[in-house]
Amino acid sequence: MTFLVPLPVVMPLLGAALTLMMAGRPRAQRTVSLTVLTATLLVSAALLHLSTTEGPLVVAVGGWVAPLGIVLVADQLAALMLVVSSAVTVCVLVYSIGQGMADGDEEAPLSVYHPAYLVLTAGVTNAFLAGDLFNLYVGFEILLVASYVLLTLGGTGNRIRAGATYVVVSLLSSVVFLTAIGLIYAATGTLNLAHLVERLDALPAGLKLILQAMLLLAFGIKAAVFPLSSWLPDSYPTAPAPVTAVFAGLLTKVGVYAIIRTETLLFPGGRASVVLLVCALLTMVVGILGAVAQQDIKRLLSFTLVSHIGYLLFGVGLATQLGLSSAIFYVVHHITIQTTLFLVTGLIEKRGGSTALDRLGGLGKLSPLLAVLFLVPALNLAGIPPFSGFIGKVGLIQAGVAHGGILAGALVAGGVLTSLLTLYAIARVWNLAFWRAPHPSMPKTEPGGTLLPPLMVGPTLALVVLGVGLSVVAGPLFAVGDQSATDLMERAGYVTAVFGGGTR
Amino acid sequence: MTPNLVYVVIIGVLFAAGVSLVLERSLTRVLMGMILLGNGVNLLILLGGAAGTPPIVGLGPQDAMADPLPQIMILTAIVITLGMTAFLLALAYRSWALSGHDEVQDDDEDRRIMRLAERDEGSGIEDTEEPTR
Repeated sequence: MTFLVPLPVVMPLLGAALTLMMAGRPRAQRTVSLTVLTATLLVSAALLHLSTTEGPLVVAVGGWVAPLGIVLVADQLAALMLVVSSAVTVCVLVYSIGQGMADGDEEAPLSVYHPAYLVLTAGVTNAFLAGDLFNLYVGFEILLVASYVLLTLGGTGNRIRAGATYVVVSLLSSVVFLTAIGLIYAATGTLNLAHLVERLDALPAGLKLILQAMLLLAFGIKAAVFPLSSWLPDSYPTAPAPVTAVFAGLLTKVGVYAIIRTETLLFPGGRASVVLLVCALLTMVVGILGAVAQQDIKRLLSFTLVSHIGYLLFGVGLATQLGLSSAIFYVVHHITIQTTLFLVTGLIEKRGGSTALDRLGGLGKLSPLLAVLFLVPALNLAGIPPFSGFIGKVGLIQAGVAHGGILAGALVAGGVLTSLLTLYAIARVWNLAFWRAPHPSMPKTEPGGTLLPPLMVGPTLALVVLGVGLSVVAGPLFAVGDQSATDLMERAGYVTAVFGGGTR
Repeated sequence: MTPNLVYVVIIGVLFAAGVSLVLERSLTRVLMGMILLGNGVNLLILLGGAAGTPPIVGLGPQDAMADPLPQIMILTAIVITLGMTAFLLALAYRSWALSGHDEVQDDDEDRRIMRLAERDEGSGIEDTEEPTR
C-alpha cells in the first residue's frame, strides 16, 4: 500500500496545475480543488490506519534506496498530522468558496487563489512526509511561496505592508535553515533523517549543539516562538479570513512538527530542554499578554495563536514520553480550534461589518447561531472542561509535574496562568462583541433574511463539531499520540523502516 | 577535508554584506541582501562536498569524483531564490506604486496600542454599554 504515501503531495500539486489552466472558470476550479482535497483527506485517513496497524510506510521516490534517494516516510505522527491538516484544509476551502460566492468575487485576481491554496497544501503535506532534511526544506519553501501569494492577494496597501514583513522574515528563516543544512551535510555527508541518526551520534558534542541550535532557530521563526514571534500578529490579520484561518491552523504547526521531529530523532537527550522550556514559558505569557491588549478580534486571536505555541513547546521541551504525547494531542486540538476561531471571526466580520471590538456589539441577540459558533471553540481554546483544550492542558501539566524541578514547575504555573488569561481575553470579546447593545453602523438584516451564507456557516459548524468531537475521541487520540511519542523516543523503528525493515 | 580559505572568506563577506543590507528599511536593499545571503549559503553548501572530476561513471577514477549532491542542492536553492527575488521585486514595485516608496512600514494598530500604553490608558471600550466609534 506504499503507493498511497506520495499521493497527498502529488494530488494537490497536479490539482494546482489543473486549476491554473482553468483560470477564469471558477466553477471548474472549485470542483477540482474540492475533489483533490477530499481525496487527500481520504488517503491521509488510510495512511493513518495503515501506519497504526502495520508500522511506518516508506517510499523511496525515484526507486533509489534509502541513503541515496529521497524517502517519504508516513509514520503515525506524520499520518496523524496529515489527517488533521487535510480535514482543516477541506473545511476552509468550502468556507472560502462560500465567501467568494457571497461577496460576488468571481473576477480575475481570485483565479490564482485555488492554485495557490493547493500548492500550500502540497507544501504542508510534503513537510510532514519528508524523510530527509532537504526535502523538508523544499516542503517549507513550497508552502511559504504559496503563502506569500495568499497573504498579498489583491495587492492592497495593507496587505503589501504586512506581506513585506512576512516575506522578509520567512526568507531569513529559510536562509538559516539552508545554512544549517549545508553545515550538517558538510559534517556528516548525508541529509537523510534515518541516516543522520547514526552519523550525528559520532560528531563532537559542541558541533552537534551548534547544528541543533541553528535548526531550532530556523524552525522557531516558522513556529513563531517568542522572541521570534513578532512577525505573526503583524502579518496574519490583514489576509482574507479563510487564508488567515488556514495559516493559523497549519503553518506554525509545521514548524512545531519540524521541531518535534528533529529534537526527538536527531538530537535526543534533551540538551536544548532548558532553552526550549524558557522559550515556551515566555511564548505563553508574552503572547497572551499581547492578546489581552488588543482591540481587534483577528489580532487578538493571532496573539493567542502565538501564546498557545508555548504549550506545544512545553511538551517538547520536557522530552518525556507524557510530555510528547500531550504535545501531539495539543497540536491536533490547536490546529482545529485556532482555524475554527478565525473562520468564526470571518463570520463576525460578515455579520457585524468589522472585527474591531469598538465597532461591534449585540451579536448575541442579532445572531444566536454565531454566538454559539464563537463560544464553543473559544471556551475550548481557554481549556474549559470537558473540551479537548482542557484535556490537552491537563496532560501537559501532569507531564510537567511528573518531570519535576523548578523550571517545569514554573511552566505548569505559567500554563495555568495563560489558560486563565486566555479565558479573560475570550470573555472580553464575548462581552464587547456579543453582549453590548448593537453598533449603529452594523449591517441590518431584512426580516427572515440572513447575512450568513450557509456555505460559510456549514464548514465552520463542521469544525466546531470536530473540535468538540476531539473530547469524545480523546482516549483513542491520546493512545495514538502515546504510540507516536514512544516511536519517536525509541527512534529504532523509524530507522529500520527507512532502511528496508518496514512495510513496503 | 580542510575547507578552502578563499571560499570561507568569500562566504563570510557575503553573509556580512547580506545581513547589513537586510537590516535596511528599503525593500530593494533587503532584496539585495537576500540575494547576497542566498549566494553565501550556496557557496557554503558547495564547500560541504568533495571537489574532483565530473561525477559521471567512466570519466575518471571513482574516488576522485566530485560530490554531486551539494551541486544538486544548490541548483534547487538557486531556483527557489530566483522565484523569491522575482516576488520580492514585485512586492517592492507594488509598494512603490501604492505609497511612493518601498520602505517597510510600521503597523498602525501596533502604534495605536503602544500610544495607549505610553499614556498608561486602557482603550476605554470596556466602560461603555454602547459601542463607541
